[in-house]
Amino acid sequence: MTDLREAFLELIRRTSCDLPEDVEAALQRAAAAEQGRARSTLEWMLRNAAEARRNSTPICQDTGSLLFFIRHGPERRPADIAAATRAAVAEATRRYWLRPNAVDPLSGRNSGDNLGRGSPYLHFEQVEQPGLLEVALMLKGGGSENCGAQYALPDASLQAGRDLSGIKRCLVDAVVKAQGFGCAPGTLGVGIGGDRMTSFEESKLQLLRRLDDSNPDDELAALEREMYEKLNGLEIGPMGFGGRTTLLGVKIGTRHRLPACFFVSVTYMCWAYRRRRLVVRDDDYSID
Amino acid sequence: MKKINLPAGEEEIRALKVGDEVLISGVMITARDAAHKYMVEQEAGEVSQVLRGGMIYHCGPVVARDGDSWRFVAAGPTTSKREEPYQAEVIERYGVRGVIGKGGMGPRTLEACRRHGAVYLHAIGGLAVILARAVRRVVEVHKLEEFGVPEAMWVIEVEDFPAVVTMDSHGQSLHTEVLARSQQRAREILATL
Repeated sequence: MTDLREAFLELIRRTSCDLPEDVEAALQRAAAAEQGRARSTLEWMLRNAAEARRNSTPICQDTGSLLFFIRHGPERRPADIAAATRAAVAEATRRYWLRPNAVDPLSGRNSGDNLGRGSPYLHFEQVEQPGLLEVALMLKGGGSENCGAQYALPDASLQAGRDLSGIKRCLVDAVVKAQGFGCAPGTLGVGIGGDRMTSFEESKLQLLRRLDDSNPDDELAALEREMYEKLNGLEIGPMGFGGRTTLLGVKIGTRHRLPACFFVSVTYMCWAYRRRRLVVRDDDYSID
Repeated sequence: MKKINLPAGEEEIRALKVGDEVLISGVMITARDAAHKYMVEQEAGEVSQVLRGGMIYHCGPVVARDGDSWRFVAAGPTTSKREEPYQAEVIERYGVRGVIGKGGMGPRTLEACRRHGAVYLHAIGGLAVILARAVRRVVEVHKLEEFGVPEAMWVIEVEDFPAVVTMDSHGQSLHTEVLARSQQRAREILATL
């Protein structure tokens, strides 16, 4: 049997230290299209990603909030998976693949091992596939998390109604406000509809997609392409120094909404776009 | 690239302009939210020497314990604007010549830079490995128990630490330029929707 703690530990190491190839390729394309400070900034980022991979050190010192999305077959016990995850998180912190990032909001005390109320975040989904264990991990940095936003339409200050134009206005507002603060070039995860919680959840789940995929919904695919082009025209550039590359991607999903509510939720992912997927089989595992 | 050695004098800091790329060497200190609150609300005597003519790095590092000493593993900048309520007073009271972080700061800090001869330097966000390597040595650490690793005040010796001046001591800020241009572009985009 595969040692779950060991598999999760490797998932954390890879996610924190090894930038996914689709993100690296997007940064390389961006660097080739830029010049001056924008280009040299992207080249520094690529050099840093290569060094982090080579030395197994975190790409960014803010190793973020730990978001685990777990799909498992009926014979797997969530309690066992949770115990292995927590043990791996504490061990990864001891090995400096994670910064101690769990702070009590009232006392200000840092738990020291990333374990705390709500940390790590574990989302379980049981599926009818015997033996399946698939874990997606996202490390979501705090600086970019502060650039997230949730809009309730209609929004008079943005002249944003409950329609496609209103949704677009929200995205323009979010990216202008984010400037370089979220460590541009970022990627937008967007959730339209739902309630306040599920709308944000959708925006996070969108960021598990590959940058080079295409939305299966034609209308959303067109919206993603349009907003990617338009928002890069804001010329905020890498780190907000100015330039053509403000975003690497825009990923949008929808949830059925309540008649009274129309939320547009934006999660801003930094250039150090850390997410990987672990698949555990009987005697081995793989990470992509 | 210009080289800056710490502690720095007012004249060499005033010679820096927005857009200058610099390499910083010498002893500086990390400080973020808890440390800035502390430096303003109390008299931080234990760090006053390193602050005078020195630089503050907005950074919450990953630090490894090697026997009796500490080693910086990952140490990119954190968002600076959270320190806007405190920074101007810290610059004035402790005689700080430079603040290093990311995202830039607001009008109060820009005015403090102009009045007291200081600059804001932008390090590249997420450049954790490369910037940690510029840290040659951890000299000492303050408030480690109370603030935790990311928020503690790490006194570090750096060599050729790369950064870009984005707010100078003459009232110029790259951040206000980029913001204004992006707002103009946003108006053009909104007109098409």
